Amino acid sequence: MQPAHNPPVIEPGHTYASVTDKISSIVLSRKQPKGWYFGFAIAFALLMLLTYAVTYLLVVGVGIWGINIPVGWGFAIVNFVWWIGIGHAGTLISAILLLLRQKWRTSINRFAEAMTLFAVACAGMFPLLHMGRPWLFFWMAPYPNTMYLWPQFRSPLVWDVFAVSTYATVSLMFWFVGLIPDLATLRDRSKNRAGKVIYGIFAMGWRGSAVHWHRYETASLLLAGLATPLVVSVHTVVSFDFAAALVPGWHTTIFPPYFVAGAIYSGFAMVMTLSIPIRKFYGLEDFITMRHLENMAKVMLATGLIVAYGYMMETFGAFYSGNQYDRYMVLNRWFGPYAFFYWMLILCNIAIPQMMWFKRLRTNVAVLFVISLVVNIGMWLERFVIVVTSLHRDFLPSSWGMYTPTRWDWATYTGTIGLFLTLLFLFIRYLPVISISEMRGLVEEPSGEKKTG
Amino acid sequence: MSQIFHRSTNTIARISIYGAAVLFAALGWAAYKLSASPYVTDVNVAKDQPVPFSHKHHVGELGLDCRYCHTAVENSSSAGMPPTQTCMTCHSQVWVNSPMLEPVRASYRDDKSIQWIRVNAVPDFVYFNHSIHVNKGVACVTCHGPVGDMPLTWRANTLQMGWCLDCHRNPEKFVRPRENVFDIHYKAPENQEALGLKLMKEYKIQSLTNCTTCHR
Repeated sequence: MQPAHNPPVIEPGHTYASVTDKISSIVLSRKQPKGWYFGFAIAFALLMLLTYAVTYLLVVGVGIWGINIPVGWGFAIVNFVWWIGIGHAGTLISAILLLLRQKWRTSINRFAEAMTLFAVACAGMFPLLHMGRPWLFFWMAPYPNTMYLWPQFRSPLVWDVFAVSTYATVSLMFWFVGLIPDLATLRDRSKNRAGKVIYGIFAMGWRGSAVHWHRYETASLLLAGLATPLVVSVHTVVSFDFAAALVPGWHTTIFPPYFVAGAIYSGFAMVMTLSIPIRKFYGLEDFITMRHLENMAKVMLATGLIVAYGYMMETFGAFYSGNQYDRYMVLNRWFGPYAFFYWMLILCNIAIPQMMWFKRLRTNVAVLFVISLVVNIGMWLERFVIVVTSLHRDFLPSSWGMYTPTRWDWATYTGTIGLFLTLLFLFIRYLPVISISEMRGLVEEPSGEKKTG
Repeated sequence: MSQIFHRSTNTIARISIYGAAVLFAALGWAAYKLSASPYVTDVNVAKDQPVPFSHKHHVGELGLDCRYCHTAVENSSSAGMPPTQTCMTCHSQVWVNSPMLEPVRASYRDDKSIQWIRVNAVPDFVYFNHSIHVNKGVACVTCHGPVGDMPLTWRANTLQMGWCLDCHRNPEKFVRPRENVFDIHYKAPENQEALGLKLMKEYKIQSLTNCTTCHR
């Protein structure tokens, strides 16, 4: 039960009509702000950079990247884990918070889910490209083949294929099913024929009858139930990719919970990074209120502390185990050639976010925006430190090496940010960023909440 | 508000749901069929050669031993392609004016190899050694098919990994006594399994299915 003094999840004075008008007008009638064109242009340019980098990669091979022996995993895996982690907030918000009946999630769940989908799309590219021969991707699937071989089911890398593809499928279904009533609203309000037909096709004949709503609710609940375990399982399996290996710095039991917390941490940071500009530029402060931002800040604070605990246990375990390789791994992180990145990671992920303990800072939009960016960077650094510092100096000093990303690594990475933002800009332009139907359900809530509260 | 879609759209929508499932199943089936077709595997496709050399004539009818031409098969990874001199051991005496054999004489005259078109090949990432197979009782015809009946040579088996594993997982079904390895008329006996197991023990044949057996 929410305490009565909490700020409302929707500003007072809204009616069904005003909610529908306000959200659907972004797509249908309002002129896009200049910033949209500007942002889209940059995003699209980056997407073209990705196309260029990937084309060159397919022609020449993964040798254009900085990967080598001993650091065979480089940027591709760093970025994969980073993107897949970002997606987790969307699933948490849409599935777990739905099952927990947290009404405040309503205004952020739509674009958090979209963010999940786009992040998974970016994430999925990396392991495929890293394989070197992406056109043979279907070798990862168990199917009757001329080699009489099954994938190695004892390998977490195979579980990863299932985890990520299930995640992508369920996220897409969840997002699409949630969109159907809104697509029908857009179909009905669309002025031109193309809009009517296109929204109409995707609305799949939604008429808003009681039967439709009943099925819609059931389907949403079932999908939420399906998606809920995925919040925990996907990043657990991703962490197994590391934890099942014997490399010092990877081979620890803390990895699954620590990865899941990190995923939610970075995911909420990304939701924050996206929602703050969106609510400002589209005047959605009534719907994405201070309460949302503050709640997200609290989730970040909590998950950030779990992540900090993970770092602590990693260090403690290394010294407590008495294992010389584990001990050296930690010393190498602290004082080795990549020490700068380690301390930056501690600064970004642990030190700076502690500002969110203070209500005054937690409710300052500018501060929150900066913190969210810092955490995004910090979580990327975390994956970089885990992948690179563990691999570059493992057991045999004779096989130590260094890893330096090439410009193609950077082009691919920034390129996927371009892909992500392009999809996001198109999403904002053509689909309702906030669930209209669910927001309508909130219109009467604030008064009801006051009475019972 | 007027209707956007015709009534029939409902039916189309319903059909498309099942249609998509059928379509994907059909695509999978087609891909499977294609991958097993001679178009991909080259099985049973006789290749045109610079000289229409007939194994049927030389091996099946005249009874030449495989090793008369493929001399390295017992000692080497490659079975060996015969030099033109091998052809000329006979063809300097018989069919000396045959126009069909002109490329052979030209090759001999100009000291230039005949460019045969390769029929049986495994990919570069596969380590394959003829001598070990021949010496452990795997016959030529076990892999290359009824060579003695081939006017122009064709690939008798897919040479795909699954096909290799058929034998590598169950060698007893295929091995024969060493003295019959080059015998194109040999018929597997009724008690092949028992004989195979006995030969496996005698020749110390193991079922080698480790990746590194072939992918070194």
